[in-house]
Amino acid sequence: MTIAKRIARPLGALFSVLLAVSGAALAQAPQPPIRIGSTLALTGPLAATSLIHKVVGEIYVEQLNQRGGLLGRKVEWIVKDDQSKPDLARTLYEQLVTSDKVDLLMGPYATGAILSAMGVAQRYNKVLVHHTFGIPSMAKYDMQFPAWSLGPDPAVTVPNTVFDALAASPAPPKTIAVVTSKFPSVHFMSLGARDVAKKRGLTEVLFLEWDFGNLDYGPIAARIKDAKPDFLWVGAIGLEGNQLLEAMHKIDYTPKEHFYMYPAPGPMSKSPLANNAMSMTVFEEHAPFTNAPGAAEFIRLYHERAAKAGIPDTAVEVQAAASYTAWQILEAGVRGAGSLDDKAIAAYLKKNGADTIQGKLRFDGPSNYGDDLMRVKQVQDGHWVTVYPKAFAAPGATLRVQ
Amino acid sequence: MTLPSAALLAQSALSGIFIGGMYGLLGLGLTLSWGLLHIINLAHFAFAFLAAYLCYQLASVGGVDPLLTLLLIVPLFAMLGVAVQWLLARFRVSALNSLLATFGITAIVEAGIQAVWTADFRKLESVYAGLKLRIGGLFIPLPELLTLSLAVALAFGIFAVMRYTRLGRALRALAEDAPVAAAFGINARAHSLILSGVSGALAGIAGVCLALSFTLTPSSIYAWVGVVFAAVMLGGLGSALGALAAGFVIGLSEAITMALASPSWAPIVSFTLLIALLLLRPGRS
Repeated sequence: MTIAKRIARPLGALFSVLLAVSGAALAQAPQPPIRIGSTLALTGPLAATSLIHKVVGEIYVEQLNQRGGLLGRKVEWIVKDDQSKPDLARTLYEQLVTSDKVDLLMGPYATGAILSAMGVAQRYNKVLVHHTFGIPSMAKYDMQFPAWSLGPDPAVTVPNTVFDALAASPAPPKTIAVVTSKFPSVHFMSLGARDVAKKRGLTEVLFLEWDFGNLDYGPIAARIKDAKPDFLWVGAIGLEGNQLLEAMHKIDYTPKEHFYMYPAPGPMSKSPLANNAMSMTVFEEHAPFTNAPGAAEFIRLYHERAAKAGIPDTAVEVQAAASYTAWQILEAGVRGAGSLDDKAIAAYLKKNGADTIQGKLRFDGPSNYGDDLMRVKQVQDGHWVTVYPKAFAAPGATLRVQ
Repeated sequence: MTLPSAALLAQSALSGIFIGGMYGLLGLGLTLSWGLLHIINLAHFAFAFLAAYLCYQLASVGGVDPLLTLLLIVPLFAMLGVAVQWLLARFRVSALNSLLATFGITAIVEAGIQAVWTADFRKLESVYAGLKLRIGGLFIPLPELLTLSLAVALAFGIFAVMRYTRLGRALRALAEDAPVAAAFGINARAHSLILSGVSGALAGIAGVCLALSFTLTPSSIYAWVGVVFAAVMLGGLGSALGALAAGFVIGLSEAITMALASPSWAPIVSFTLLIALLLLRPGRS
């Protein structure tokens, strides 16, 4: 045996041992976290509602990691501030995909930003689950999945649900005033409400539109008072509903029956002027919604974290629930596909839908929308309670009319 | 098309006068610093909202009467105005650059407000909120009436000071030709600090009025910028009465448009009016 052979043998053995040890170590090394990227309007005019989505996202990721994460890996959420600007959201989603190289995307808040994010997701073939997209017909991308369960034609189905509720009340309205902000996601619903009202035989006594950001609601209130409608449909978003209520109160007018499309939930329920105000919901803090698996724990955590984040109203309602639902959809997709492959996730979701706190959601309709799950809720004694349909009404609650 | 009732028109016009008063009140400090100091102070809006939040905090958490908060807010914001002017003068910031610098200050103040009070809505529920007078079929809400009264009193007060006092004459002389005014012994630095202190105090007063009538969010700072700038330009830079009158013109034209046609036409009508008046007013250069 040559010297070289004598040295080579033990060296080879040593090398093999080292390889085996490092292999085992590698196998046991923690996998890098799955990174989920999104933006939220953390500043700017949409920041108040975005804060809800931030709190919910943090709760969900924490819960997910407590359950062991996804595919055996921890989950990390990267959230950037799009400043309530859809154009900035587009840039930031590009960054998330190309520079941050996130594994998955989660949608931003509000229709404009979601539309921007959808364009980016489509360019890079990424799945985009989003929580608050208001115009389903504009969601053309095949791998986008909505958590805002409006159904594919909400401009017809949502007003019909509202008018069904009113028709079932002791005093169905005969005349209607439709007043609306020109904010896109509420404007098209208000136009839908006009058509539906007409078809159902209601007489329109007033139709008004204002630009988003209007500062003076006095003249609008005066016109509503002058028109004396039985039912007031307000296409308001955010605080606009409260501003109109305050303006009506200043001229000593209380609408008989009144509906607000997307009100700021906390300020409206807490306003003494908003008693009997109606709106739409997919989830409220009462049975049967709270019977959904995980709902009670989510509500408990949300109360705690929202208070810590300085959110004045800590109740879980439609915004927080839609946000939680979006995360549930993404989790269901990844678990169902068993991988981070976007096409596999999308295929799984389309085929199987997802179990969420809103119930079972399906994505096999037009624009991946399933059923319209919007129910009618009403402010009663400082709280939102679902009042229609009966199967979803809070225990003992019915629609209150003047 | 049915004609609107007299009550509707009168109530709408009243609403226009009230919102016009708010435009005018917010425009007072802006027009003084722009017209006399050549500082386009965007931070004026941020300071007004900061004052509104302070009023909210003192009244809703501290239990202080919102109007009594003026005792603290007015001197505090006068000092803030002086500090900003000192800073701008220290770095010899030009009129155009002052726009950028004060925009930066606005962004910082907005971020500060959001850090303290979050981005959520804050509404001051004061005893004044529900108070209103009734004259015939017209309703006059007290907070708006207070804002209007303050705006009118302050605009006339500032007009009188500028016109009839040595201080006012000195300030106008400085705005006209600072080197010549200095040659006559007018201390430009001291006078500019006094004026910016007054502008700051006016922002504080406007802030308290905002808190009394409006729900606050940090980003609503920007909702007022366009229309108040329009009022200031329409009223003539440096003119307190002009800013107030222009505020009324804009507020009224918006309100009457809302009453007669569609509320969404209101900005078109008011800004068309602004352009027309700027083009056609006598003495334009």
